[in-house]
Formats: sequence, C-alpha cells, structure tokens
Amino acid sequence: MEKNNEKQKMNIVIAGHVDHGKSTVIGRLLADTNSLPDGKLEQVKENCKKNSKPFEYAFLIDALKDEQAQGITIDTARVFFKTSKRNYIILDAPGHIEFLKNMVTGASRGEAALLVIDAEEGVRENSRRHGYMISMLGIKQIAVLVNKMDLVDYRREVFEAIVSEYTSFLKDIDVNPVCFIPLSAMQGDNIAQPSTKMQWYTNETVLEILDKLEKEPRQIDKPFRMPVQDVYKFTKFGDNRRIVVGTIETGTVNCGDEIVFYPSGKKSRIRTIETFNAPPKEEAQCGLATGFTLEEQIYIARGEIAAKSNGLKPCVTSRIKVNLFWLGKDPMIMKKEYLFKLGTCRVPARVEEVTRVIDASDLNTTNKKKQIERHDVAECTLKLNKAIAFDLATDIAGTSRFVIVDNYEIRGGGIIAEALEDKQTWLRDTVMLRNYKWEKSIIESEKRAEKYNQKSTLILLTGGKDAGKKALAKSLEDRLFADGRVVYFLGIGNVLYGIDADIKGKEHQRKEHIRRLSEVVNILLDAGIILIVTAIDLTQEDLEIMRTIITSEKIETVWVGENVTTDIAYDVRIQDPDNLEESVDMLKTLLQDKGIIFNPW
Amino acid sequence: MDHLDQLESLGVHILREAYANFKNMGMLWSIGKDSTVLLWLARKAFYGHVPFPLVHIDTGYKIPEMIQYRDRLSLEWGLNMIFGRNDDVLASKQTYPDGNVDRLKCCSLLKTKALKNTLSGKWPRYYLNHETKKYDLYNNTEPFTGVIVGVRADEEGTRSKERYFSPRDRENLWDLGDQPPEFWNQYKTDFPPGTHLRIHPLLDWTELNIWEYIQRENIPTVSLYYNQGDGKRYRSLGCYPCTSSIDSEARNVEEIIEELKSGKLKNIAERSGRAQDKDDGGGLETLRKDGYM
Repeated sequence: MEKNNEKQKMNIVIAGHVDHGKSTVIGRLLADTNSLPDGKLEQVKENCKKNSKPFEYAFLIDALKDEQAQGITIDTARVFFKTSKRNYIILDAPGHIEFLKNMVTGASRGEAALLVIDAEEGVRENSRRHGYMISMLGIKQIAVLVNKMDLVDYRREVFEAIVSEYTSFLKDIDVNPVCFIPLSAMQGDNIAQPSTKMQWYTNETVLEILDKLEKEPRQIDKPFRMPVQDVYKFTKFGDNRRIVVGTIETGTVNCGDEIVFYPSGKKSRIRTIETFNAPPKEEAQCGLATGFTLEEQIYIARGEIAAKSNGLKPCVTSRIKVNLFWLGKDPMIMKKEYLFKLGTCRVPARVEEVTRVIDASDLNTTNKKKQIERHDVAECTLKLNKAIAFDLATDIAGTSRFVIVDNYEIRGGGIIAEALEDKQTWLRDTVMLRNYKWEKSIIESEKRAEKYNQKSTLILLTGGKDAGKKALAKSLEDRLFADGRVVYFLGIGNVLYGIDADIKGKEHQRKEHIRRLSEVVNILLDAGIILIVTAIDLTQEDLEIMRTIITSEKIETVWVGENVTTDIAYDVRIQDPDNLEESVDMLKTLLQDKGIIFNPW
Repeated sequence: MDHLDQLESLGVHILREAYANFKNMGMLWSIGKDSTVLLWLARKAFYGHVPFPLVHIDTGYKIPEMIQYRDRLSLEWGLNMIFGRNDDVLASKQTYPDGNVDRLKCCSLLKTKALKNTLSGKWPRYYLNHETKKYDLYNNTEPFTGVIVGVRADEEGTRSKERYFSPRDRENLWDLGDQPPEFWNQYKTDFPPGTHLRIHPLLDWTELNIWEYIQRENIPTVSLYYNQGDGKRYRSLGCYPCTSSIDSEARNVEEIIEELKSGKLKNIAERSGRAQDKDDGGGLETLRKDGYM
C-alpha cells in the first residue's frame, strides 16, 4: 500500500525562457519516474502517430493539462511526481513575459527551482529575469538545466560557455546555484539516467539533484516575530478573553515570555496561548496561526510586529532602502502615492529616490532612470507616511518582504535592504522607551470608553493667529460638557508658561515645545478624555511629531480660518468660526460620524 | 508541524486576513464535507465564535438529512445561519426534477441565480431564530461583498487556477486570464467599489486531507458519506435527483481514509456522482465563470 502522506513533500518551481523546453523536462521526469496515469504515454504516442507528428514529451504535459482543463500555461500548473525519497509538486511557471505576475505567484510557493536554458539559444531575457525573480522571492536553491544538448552535438564547450555566462550573471545578483546539468530532455540524457553521450559530465542527473535538495529549514532558530493580524474580543457566550492573533513568522514563543510590540514599543507578558478544540499550549512555533492573551492590558493594533524583549529588535523607521521588482503596466514613478504592505501593516508610500534600475532584458544597470518600468528590478529609497516595524532581508527574510499596491492591484514586491534615518529618529527611541517603561493600569481602555460613553480623542484646532480657535475650542468644550462628556480644553499657553518655562521664547526649540505638548496630550488621552487643543500654524511636520508621540490613533485636525497657511493635511476646515453655534454643531456631528461620541437614541 | 497543521494554519491565516479587511462577509455552507471543514477552521480562527453569517442556498431538493444536520449544528454552535432559495422557480416548477428544464439550466436557476440574489440581498433571506429554532424573514437586505468558499484546487481544472483572494466584477464574472498576483502571504485586499470577492482558504487541500482533518478534529459530518450497510455511500453531496452514491464499503472516517489511500477511487473523479458536470462539455467552467461555486 502507498504511504503517500508519510513521505516528504516538496514544491519545485520550473522556470526559464519560453520554448527552452520546460514542458519536455517535466514530461521526461514524469515518464521516467513512472508517475503517469496508466496508458497515458502510449495514448499520446499513438495520437502523434495518427497525426504523423513526431512524439514530444511536451505533448504529454499538454495532454495532462487538457485533462485538467488547463489550456496553455497562462497560470502556474501543478504536476505531481515522486521518487523513492519524496513526493514532488512541479509548479510549471509560464515562460512568456506577459504572464510574469502568474510566474511570480507560482514561484513564490516553490522551495527550490529548476531553471531551464536552451543550449542552442543560450542565455535569454527570461533566463535572467526568472533567475532574478526567483532569488528575490526567497528561493535559495536553484539548479540550472542546460537543455537540448543533443542539438549542439553534446559539446562540452557550449555547455561551459553557458555555465560561465550565467554564473557571472548570478554572481552579480548574489545567487549561488546548486549546480549546472547538461541534458537533453527529449533524448532522456541526464534526466533520470546518466548520459552516455556526455562522458565528460560525471555529476548528478536531474533526479539525483532533486533528491539532494534540502527542505528549507523552518525558521525556528531565528528571533521570534509575529505580525499582529488582529485583537479579538468576542463577548458572545460570556467570553472575556482578549486575544492577540497572528501567524508566527520566525522563532518560538512560550507562556510567560516578555513581548514587545513594534513600532509602538509597548510591552507585556504572554499569559496564555489560546487554542480551540485542543489542549492549551505552552509553546507556539513559527508557521503556526496562533493567538495569545497578555498579562497586562495594552492597546495594540493590527500592523504591529510582536518580538521578544530579549534578542534582536526589529527596525523602526519611515525611510527604507529596498530592492523591488515591478509588474505594473504603468511605471512606478517618483512622488506618486502608493500603498505599501508588509506583514499585516499597510501605509502610503512614495519613491524618494531611484538609485539603480536593472533592465532584466539585458541586465544593463542604469543610474539615470528616474522611474521603474514594467518588469524592471530596481534599487530605491521609499518614504513611508509613518514609521513601521520590519527586519532587514539579511536578518529575517519574512519580515523584510513587502508588496506595493497601486490602483487596488499588487503591482510590485521587494525586500528591505537598509533602514534609513528619518526626521523622527531623534524622537522615536524616547517614545519607545516611554511605552516600554509605561506603568499599566488594570483598567482596559475599552472599559474607560464604556464608562465615559466616548472614545478618547484629540481635537486639534489650528490656524492663523486670532483666527478664532480659542473661542471655538471653549464653546465646544462647554457644549460637550453640558452633554455629559468628559472633556477638557488645553490652550498651548497653559503649557508654555509652566512645562515649557525653561525653553520659552527660543524659536529653535519649536520641536521640543511640540514634543512636550504631545506628551501631556498622550497622558490625558490615556485617561480617557476628549481633549481640545489649540495651537497656531501647525505644519505637517509638527503633526507627524505629534502622531509619533501620541499613542492613540484618534487625532482629528481642524483648520480654523479662511486662509490655509501651512502644509498640514487637516481633516476638516472651519472657514467661519465666528458663527460659533454652527461651527460647534459641525464639530459635534464630525465626532458622531466618527463614532467618538454616540448619538443618543 | 505536520501537513495538516500547515494546511490548517494557512486556512486560519486567510480567514483572519479576510475578517480584518472586509465588511459584509459571509461564508457559504453547502453542508458538505469541505465547507464544514471550512466552518471548523473559522471556529478555530475565532476561538469558537463565527463572526460572520453562514449562507446556505437551499435548492428545495437537498437530501433531508442535510437540512437536519445544518440546523442541528447551527443551534449547537450558535451560528448566524441564513438561507436563500429560488422560490419562483420552485413554485412554477421550472426545474429538472419537474422535467421542464435540463440539468444545467436547473443548476443555474436553483443554485447560481439563487446565490447571486441571496448574496445581493435582492431576494428574501431567512435567518435562524435561535429562540424559536425556526427560520424568520431576514430584514437586512445589505449585499454580501465577500464570500468565503470551500473550493479545492484538486477538484477539477478551473478550480486549480483560483487564487486565495479572487475578485469577481459587478456581473460576478471571473477574468481567468488576468488574475492578481499572490505571493508572500499578501493577497488582493484592495478593491474598487462594486467588486465582490471570493475567498478560498481550502485551495491547497486534497480530498484525503479533508478526511484526515475530519478524523483528527472529530468534526461531525452527515451520515450520507458513509456506507450504512448497503455497500453504497455518497462521495460528494448535492441535490438528490442529480447526485448518486458510489460503491463503497467505507462505514466511517477511518475506512474512507483507507479507501482513498488504497487508490481504489483513483480513476473515479470525486464529483463523478454529480450529473450536471457531465452535461456540459466545458465541465464546470461555464457554470463557474457565471458565478457557480
């Protein structure tokens, strides 16, 4: 009896330029390992005879695909075969350039790759492009198959010329192939049987190499990383667990471990590892979709990365140097806003600088291009709208990989090579340390919100001097207070002469003023109140500093006055603050619409 | 982690991604083994809760045991259970069992059309009232913009081309040749308004995996899957006029697994008991392009 499931399974992607003979290689592998359905080979041979076509192994693959209604390889087809060691799934990636995004989809599921090059045609555009893509997708084991050796009379120098050309290309992109094998899939040389026509080649056949490839070791020895997918609190059936969920990317975690979430820097300890229909777990390992409860109540959100407090910390910044490939029809251009997704976090991003573009068709590098065309691979600097947590590709691959979305579609992908400084670097460590050291209350923020019947929020009123901000702020406070809200008005002057007394009047201390104000705001928001702050002429940079310091996501910015004199991206604008009644109504409606206060009845 | 752990984790991960990214989601529950495994994965992902409704399309010709099983589990597990039905066609008898249309047309009316209109909220929907244990008319007519479906890539050709997150346009059509790329656990979760989405957490599972998982987790299944002593069992469940049983001695999950491993069913397609597949040269592709699951 077969014991299919006890045998190891391995996904192999097969790639290469169109017509270099991928299908023939697969056909041969299937035939020579007896992995074909009964009578299939005979049937296809018979068909060829009937149509007076010479038999080709590629027909076999086509016949199998037709059976699965697959048609041409526009999508990655899966073909199964086995050796005594393993069950293989061959992911047949389309060789045609139009289908590169399908190739990427297929190849990303591979654990190793066979890259086919036609001995007669030599290294072609997609030989290089696929080589590059496969390595960027994280597949480390690449075996290069130099096919159709029969067409070049099995000459060693042809093989060696290709080896030398392709090796130097791979070296350029830091890839070390497992081996090069000269073969003829058509004639069956060096696929399952060693070739008698190439005595000069004494190394492994394709089949031998496949069995020698190693399963990628699971990333269990790497530092613990878990991108937070969500925080669940389902109250149905009296459930009061608050469960942080995600799939562990690398490493392991145990009950009792101290965990830090990045980029916030908040810290807690694992209380339980939750399960359903299974006994409770003491430990969870990489690859597992899991969830845990924490000892202390901290507010964390989807998009953060959980790490252990001892060990390598993830990087946190908003400027990164990356290598990326681009699949979009429209080029990736400077200044345009894209959506950047890494792990579970998503943030708008722009290209700040294109350092180097590699045109895969000839692998020429150019430093002059200012945009990234379809199918290009590039090195560039991205500026994200806010700081995120990640790792460098050289440390932890999984948390260094990102995709770029444009107009709702995934258009590109890449890895982070370097973390660069941004304007907030001076602040960030302080904030993370503050969060790390924060003494936590036993009252959850949700409990406060429930009690006060409101979500703590900062309403930031800014605008020119004498625009009417303070009058509006005070009226709003008065109205909300009358409605029974826990609300407080804080004019910047209240901070200026006290907390800021030592730096008052020093213009170069503007950032420090903003920092201190933000720290005060942060405390008041943690207390659960609705806070109204007024400040003159806040800029976008000021706002970004505030966002970095204030843990809460809930900041509503209001520009007050007729003329907008700074670059701040405000949420609403009140042009005529002198009409107090109406302005207050408008702000109150805004708070209701955003679910910060609740409409009675 | 063994292969079932890996499949389970990927499925749970996808469900959680779907839940984090989409509102107005529903999960199709055909009462069959695959979508029941899917439901079980949801209970795993959300720790015993299923935070979205289960949607069943009742063709009026489902084997009665299937409906009993559906309602029993819904009550037991506290599920938000909704069903839709093509009442007009049933009333006017435009069905295959009534002899008035062919099989494919019948499927398209009782399943595809009912599904479209149930998801869009255009037709009445019925929800299970857990207090009275009866179905009431559902007054929520908001459309579902995402549906989680238990299709597997190995079932038949077109399904092997699916993505985990697969968009359909306004007309519910599927553009097979131009699908979004999927890599590194990143899925298409951004959509222009009007798109509707199918999510396929079980894409990588095989029939054998499904049964192994049912065994490991002890998931309740409909008795129709087992030989009750007459040497026959259902391998795939559908409407009784168009679904036939296969010859099999397998009386329980263990024996089904043995049977699948033995290769005895190797040359019999899983859906061979589903007559509608054969009435169309293009297999299920025609139906699926038009919105069949």
